[in-house]
Amino acid sequence: MIQYFKNVWSGFSSSLVGMHITFKHLFVKKVTIQYPDQRFDLPQNARNRLKLTMSRCNGCNSCVVACPVNCILVETVRVSPDDPHQEVHDNGKPRIMWVTKYEIDFAKCCYCGLCMQACPTDAINHTTEYEYSEYDRNKLYYKFQTLTPEQVTEKERLLAEFKAKDKDKDCKTTAAKADPKPTKPDQAEK
Amino acid sequence: MESTNFVWDLMGRNLGGVLIVISLPLFFVLLYALIAILAELKISAWIQERLGPMRTGPWGILQPVAEVIKLLQKEDITPDQSSKLLYNLAPFIIFTGAYAAFAVIPFSEAFVPADINLGLFYVFAIGSISAMGIVMGGWASNNKYSLMGAMRSVSQLISYEIPAAMAILSVVVLASSMNMQEISRAQGGGFWNWYIFGGPGTWTKIWVVPFTFGLTIIYFIASLAETNRVPFDIPEGESELVAGFHTEYSGMKFAMFFFAEYANMFVVAAVLTTIFLGGWNSPFGDFMQGPWWGSFWFILKSFVVVLFQIWIRWTLPRFRVDQLMYVGWKVLLPLSFVCFMAISLFVMLK
Amino acid sequence: MSEKKRLDLEYSQLDSDRMRINVGPQHPSTHGVLRLEVEVDGEIVTEVVPHLGYLHRSFEKHCESMTYQQIIPYIDRMDYISAMNSEWPYVMALEKMLDIKVPEKVEYLRVIVAELNRIANHQIAVATFGLDAGAFTPFLFYFRDREFIIWILEKLSGARLLYNYFRVGGMAADIYNGFREDCLSVIEKVRKTNAEVMDLLIYNRIFIQRTANVGILTPDVAINYACSGPVLRGSGVAYDLRRNEPYSIYDRFDFDIPVGKGEVGVVGDCWNRNMVRMHEMEQSCRIIEQALEQMPMEGDVKANVPRRIKVPKSEVYMRAENPKGEVGFYVVGNGTDKPERLKARGASFVNLSVIPEISKGYMFADLILILGSIDIVLGEVDR
Repeated sequence: MIQYFKNVWSGFSSSLVGMHITFKHLFVKKVTIQYPDQRFDLPQNARNRLKLTMSRCNGCNSCVVACPVNCILVETVRVSPDDPHQEVHDNGKPRIMWVTKYEIDFAKCCYCGLCMQACPTDAINHTTEYEYSEYDRNKLYYKFQTLTPEQVTEKERLLAEFKAKDKDKDCKTTAAKADPKPTKPDQAEK
Repeated sequence: MESTNFVWDLMGRNLGGVLIVISLPLFFVLLYALIAILAELKISAWIQERLGPMRTGPWGILQPVAEVIKLLQKEDITPDQSSKLLYNLAPFIIFTGAYAAFAVIPFSEAFVPADINLGLFYVFAIGSISAMGIVMGGWASNNKYSLMGAMRSVSQLISYEIPAAMAILSVVVLASSMNMQEISRAQGGGFWNWYIFGGPGTWTKIWVVPFTFGLTIIYFIASLAETNRVPFDIPEGESELVAGFHTEYSGMKFAMFFFAEYANMFVVAAVLTTIFLGGWNSPFGDFMQGPWWGSFWFILKSFVVVLFQIWIRWTLPRFRVDQLMYVGWKVLLPLSFVCFMAISLFVMLK
Repeated sequence: MSEKKRLDLEYSQLDSDRMRINVGPQHPSTHGVLRLEVEVDGEIVTEVVPHLGYLHRSFEKHCESMTYQQIIPYIDRMDYISAMNSEWPYVMALEKMLDIKVPEKVEYLRVIVAELNRIANHQIAVATFGLDAGAFTPFLFYFRDREFIIWILEKLSGARLLYNYFRVGGMAADIYNGFREDCLSVIEKVRKTNAEVMDLLIYNRIFIQRTANVGILTPDVAINYACSGPVLRGSGVAYDLRRNEPYSIYDRFDFDIPVGKGEVGVVGDCWNRNMVRMHEMEQSCRIIEQALEQMPMEGDVKANVPRRIKVPKSEVYMRAENPKGEVGFYVVGNGTDKPERLKARGASFVNLSVIPEISKGYMFADLILILGSIDIVLGEVDR
């Protein structure tokens, strides 16, 4: 009998304790951030949308290798020495590869930051930009290349011409030089 | 004032007058439901240190309107395997049950839609209609969750009506009337004359005060259960039954359930106000007393009770179905009987 | 227990049909895409069959075609509530295979982020458990506080939830200025909220009625089902890998292993399991305080590790105490930069298997609470 009244009382009093706590919280300063008007400052290392600085990218393919979800697509063409249009990287070295295609599918990207870590020239970076939702998934397919398709065919033609000329000149040296592609993983390893 | 309904005085008892009398509480319910929904949103937010709705209208005050418009636009789904007639009828029955109780609510000295002698009895009888609506809706949905919710709901409503009835009976004993206007009138002259403090009388009433105070709390708890509010919201306990008896409802029919819930909250708050908190009487005797002030006091007191219901909702966890029965039958019922006996004894010896 | 027996007796005398209810995969309180096939007799649960696999992403097979570094983001997605803790045993396994000694500072940093993440995980566990019981307010109190922990972890790693912060032989980034102060202020907030929730929820009579004496898991059943973490400790078995098999530098800290004491109800019920989590938050706070004091603030956070990790032909099983229980990674290397086989032991998966055993005979509403008290995350159950 006493236990019964104790139970009833503890049920009643513990509810009152809870109500007291919630009542106190009615008048506490609120923590809501009214999002589009107020924003939360993200830390500088926050991993959101990727940004590519084309003047730094040397087309080494390390980011493609590092990416766990294969969302980066890179295609390169070797710079022909005969090309009148020569470029210099941000770090002062001459460009060896034209990056004819650098495409990131943000619908696939998992924002792990491994590409950023793998990049030897600091060309690809996560930014704090996070408001880029789209209604159409295709619009999340970002193309970072700066060359137009016409320029790309031009570069390819120049390289082919140069190779043909080179081949005529000396078969032996071209064979030693081999294809430009196998050099890429070596670069990545360094 | 002679009459208890100012509309009769102004218009006479004709069709126009009747229509106005019917529609006045309806407008009030709709307006009140919007305010109560906003209060629910805002109070829950403040308790949880949030701001609540802020972007619909200034300070978010148009949020309930936006929600009603959203519900109106939504697709009205009737499940294929449901019992169509009962399924479509249930929300209206529930709302009718909630709204019909407004017929005897004494809003003011000068306005009670129907001044009948069995007012309290009528509120109780009509209140059970919503149980029928719930069981209809739950059964007709042809959904296991709905069925379980409906079963729980009905058993809950029936069990909690008894302690609530005991609380009301005690007041009937004290006031020797079931007319809600009479009961209100009896409590005039200051808050110490309210039935929560034993009703009008000399200082000898002091030993009945604990019992009437306890009865107020008992009635309040029972009313929470009758309106399916936390901690007694197991019929719609979302963590296990998804949404209970109205799982399958959408659009306007869901809005009817929603409105009915809020209307019911006001009905039980109004009954509590009338029988324990002095009805339309000013708490300070003749100060601010009168027909217009009366409606102000009545609505204010009822709204405070509604705010209490909201406050409790955001504090407590919910009971389990067997514990709910335990509280109803083994705690509230014996305690309300004890209080009832004590009050009857007091009235006999007086 | 007597309550349950009484109910059993009462209901056994009724002649009633049984009803099969499908709980999930879309249900508000299955904590993800779990499906439970429940057979109820009125309100009494007679049979529970969990159906898994709605979130199966083929994690283990996937790992075989990825380099060791690329696996870490996938591990984050296993137990996404406590990603830091899950990354740790995997990284430790590789370090053991490659025989790498990580710097002292890294060890301390790992302990701190893991314990911060443990607090965040337990906050979610207790909060959602309260939500299952119908208490909404503690849920948001905890989410408010968890935000501060996530804020620290975001400043460290750059992400809010899927950190990808651990590296083989180190961490991805160094600590920032004011890290120590941030941690200490968070600890203060955690303690304050815990004290408040104790009054508001844990010792509330209704909550006790709902959770005490419900879902009793006896120690022998817990051990037989290989339960771990708070589920095991809630049954009174003081088994914690941080103490029983100290990995990293856990032997340097002074902390207690909270076990279910049966303060309310009996040992092994939902209330005690939940209470273990409340106490563990406090113990994590203690560990963080000690680690912050001992941690060398200078120095690099990376050991000398080749950029492309090639693991020799070997196999290692490494386990660690996660907030949800014991998480282990069995890695088989084959001399290349990709694992031959990787097997993960998910704590939630093992703990979930005990549900049919302990939820029979309780009410339908209790089943939800028992599920909540086990604290599963479906990413780890299905992998």
